[in-house]
Amino acid sequence: MSKVNRFLLSLIIPALFIILWWVLAWRVDNPIVLPRVSDVFALLTSPTQNLISMGSLLSNVFVSLIRVLVGYLLAVLMAIPLGILMGYYSLGYDLFNNFLGLFRPIPPLAWVPLVLAWFGVASFATMFGVEEGQLYIWLNNLKLSMIFIIFIGAFFPVLTSTIYGVRSVNKTLIDGTLVLGANSREIFTKVLLPAAAPSIVNGMRTGLGVAWMCLVSAEMLPGSISGVGYLITHAYTIAKTDIVIAGMISIGAVGAVLDSVFRLFESRKFKWQSMTR
Amino acid sequence: MAKYDEIERDVRMQDEVLIVNNVGKTFVTEKRLNICALHNFSLSIKENDFICLVGPSGCGKSTLLRIIAGLETASEGKVLYRGNMVSRPDKRLGMVFQEYSLLPWRTVLGNVGLGPELAGKPAAYCREIAHRYLEMVGLEKFAVSYPYELSGGMRQRVAIARALANDPDVLLMDEPFGALDAHTRIILQKELLKIWEANRKTIVFVTHSVDEAIYLADRIVVMTACPGQIKKTIDVGIPRPRDRANPAYGKLSARILDMLEEEVAAASSAPLRDQRKQIRKEVI
Repeated sequence: MSKVNRFLLSLIIPALFIILWWVLAWRVDNPIVLPRVSDVFALLTSPTQNLISMGSLLSNVFVSLIRVLVGYLLAVLMAIPLGILMGYYSLGYDLFNNFLGLFRPIPPLAWVPLVLAWFGVASFATMFGVEEGQLYIWLNNLKLSMIFIIFIGAFFPVLTSTIYGVRSVNKTLIDGTLVLGANSREIFTKVLLPAAAPSIVNGMRTGLGVAWMCLVSAEMLPGSISGVGYLITHAYTIAKTDIVIAGMISIGAVGAVLDSVFRLFESRKFKWQSMTR
Repeated sequence: MAKYDEIERDVRMQDEVLIVNNVGKTFVTEKRLNICALHNFSLSIKENDFICLVGPSGCGKSTLLRIIAGLETASEGKVLYRGNMVSRPDKRLGMVFQEYSLLPWRTVLGNVGLGPELAGKPAAYCREIAHRYLEMVGLEKFAVSYPYELSGGMRQRVAIARALANDPDVLLMDEPFGALDAHTRIILQKELLKIWEANRKTIVFVTHSVDEAIYLADRIVVMTACPGQIKKTIDVGIPRPRDRANPAYGKLSARILDMLEEEVAAASSAPLRDQRKQIRKEVI
């Protein structure tokens, strides 16, 4: 099948979905229950428009993105070294695995009460002692509670995949490099890391997805006055369902873009992995 | 200087490159059974020897090779390489594995140049060496390909080039052609002999193919079934290049196959089975 045909084929289901929505909205005829396609579309095509005095869709998405990235980066920076440690040394695995296994199944949302008790409305601005200016506005958007929820969401997928990646490195690759005269540092940098990289990056992709999914619950926390998650919940309280849906679509779109960036990277860099199996 | 080199070489020529001294290896399985893979194995290998180890499957020949390479430690005895005990992998003891051991994310060139790279040589030098050895195995056209783009035979050629590019003193080969089809196998055997004659390495080659052993080796070590011991050491007197149609070739092949059959039969015979049961009881 040609590329064009495949592209057209992939558009059929979304088109049917929009038609269904359009017909249903027309039949329901109640913008609070189901807004019209055109209303939502109008919101999405003018993303810089100021909405219910909460800033524009674009600026809210941007704030959310920064929050997710900060929480996510912290999670990645902790999960990868820990995962390598646990994957490589059985001592590290035995030491941490049962303990972390208790936390793994807890949904990030279940942390909310505890996180509120710990951090309240403290933000990066409080933490770094910034009290005024543009920097304050930015740092104050990064509430510790939100970052923590996002961190928890991203941490476990990255950790699990890193452990798995390091543990499942083919022993012959290590032996084959050892007999060429490699020391343990070289085995680590030239064999273990590149061999585990696809699995680690895959975990990072899943982790980013989960982090992004935790966004709404994170932004529902008190002290939040911006972000798509907050936009959605606030629009809901004033019955602006079209804004709710526009916000949901933005979350979905940004998530899909982030995911496809990872996919592109994986298919470029890790072609060997799919071909070697 | 030249004179000195010659004397030095002469002295070395008389020395054994590798001495395997009373090596034994016992594994403990998950069910806490002691499995004796090797027992009292002694062998000395001289400079430029081409030794083939044949034996029934599971007789510990690969284990022995891994012990010589320093990838595993012996439970008893020791391996001496030029008088020094082998306790860890050494780049002078190169190894080619049966499974593909090439790094799949590196190009063929990057794989072959890995040895010099690990030795801290500049990148340009590593590339140059890699090209030279790729040429030797006839794969210079595939320098920028990835291992997954090559056939099984080509990958093993790359693995051999990689081992040689590291300029080892001894080349340990663990059934390197085991996974290849018969035709490719014969071609690679010929190539290996050519390379060996040009480079003069000491080679210890493990195989389960009697034909392969006779075609390649100066000396064939036939091993007994579990635990692996030396059953017989045979000097292959047939001049190279060896012709498979030569009656002496066929006779030797039949003789070794008989020995192996004997071993397989003995391993499954009643007395030994009882003896094993006994061992099992003792362990439990």
